[in-house]
Amino acid sequence: MWVYEKKLEYPVRIKTPNPKLAKYIISQYGGPDGELAASLRYLSQRFSMPTNEAKGILNDIGTEELAHLEMVGTIVYQLTRGVPADVLERAGLGAYYTDHDHAVYPMGASGTPFTAAYIQSKGDPIADLHEDLAAEQKARATYENLINLADDPDVIDPLRFLREREVVHFQRFGEALRIVQDKLAEKPFYVKKPDCMNPVYKR
Amino acid sequence: MDPNQAKLLKEVMAADFTLIDLNLYLNTHPYDQNTIMLFNNCAQRAKMLRNQYEKLYGPLTVQNSPYKCPWQWINSPWPWE
Ligand SMILES: [Fe+2]
Repeated sequence: MWVYEKKLEYPVRIKTPNPKLAKYIISQYGGPDGELAASLRYLSQRFSMPTNEAKGILNDIGTEELAHLEMVGTIVYQLTRGVPADVLERAGLGAYYTDHDHAVYPMGASGTPFTAAYIQSKGDPIADLHEDLAAEQKARATYENLINLADDPDVIDPLRFLREREVVHFQRFGEALRIVQDKLAEKPFYVKKPDCMNPVYKR
Repeated sequence: MDPNQAKLLKEVMAADFTLIDLNLYLNTHPYDQNTIMLFNNCAQRAKMLRNQYEKLYGPLTVQNSPYKCPWQWINSPWPWE
C-alpha cells in the first residue's frame, strides 16, 4: 500500500505564470509518454515479474513516477495560477478553460484525454521490460522537447531533473532485463508462459 | 508466510487502518480534540507494532534502516504473493 509524503521529490517554485508552456507540459501529466502512463504501466506489470529484483524495480520506479506526476501537476498548476480567461485563450487554452477552468486534468498536449491504451501489461517479462525501456526513452525525449520550448529557468530546472530520472530508470530497467534474461536462461522450465513451446502441452 | 508473521502483520495492518480512517475523519473535523487524542494514541501503538514486525521480519517501508548486505528490501513475499 501507499502512504503520502507531504513534499515534492524535487522543488518546483515557478514565479511567472506561462499558460502556453502549461499547455505543452501537461502532456507529461496525462499524455502518451507521461508520468501517469508510466506509473500505471510499471505498477501493473510488477505482478507478473519473475524475480525479486524486477518486482522491486517496477514497484519502486512505479512509485517514483507518482511523485513525478505530482511534480508535473505542480508545474502546470503554477504556470496557470491566477491567469485570467482571456489570457488563457490567447495562449491556446480556451477549450481547456471551458472544460476544466484552472484545474489540472490528465490529457496530452494535443488535448486527448488520458487513456490506458497508452500502456501494455503483457504478462511476458521480456516484452514488458522492453516496453519499459522504450517508455523511458520516449519520456526523456519529451522532456528534451519541453526544455527546448521553455525559456524560464524556474521551469527548466525541474524538467531537467525529471529528464535525468528517465535516464536512470532506463539504466535500472536494462539491468532488470539482464537479470530476468539470465534467470530464464538458467531455468528454462521456470517460465510459465510459453505453453506452446512445450511439447507436453501440444495436442 | 509463517503463521506468527501473518498474525503480527494483520495487527500492523489493523493499527495502520485505524489511522487511515481517523485521518479522513479529522480532515473534515480538525477541531475534534478527543479524536486527535485517539489518533495520537493509535499512532503510538501502530509505531510500536511496526517496529516489532520490522525487527523480526524485515522492512515494511524502504526508508527503514539499517540494512545488511544483501539488500533485503526486494525479498519475497511481496504483498500480492
Ligand atoms: Fe521514468
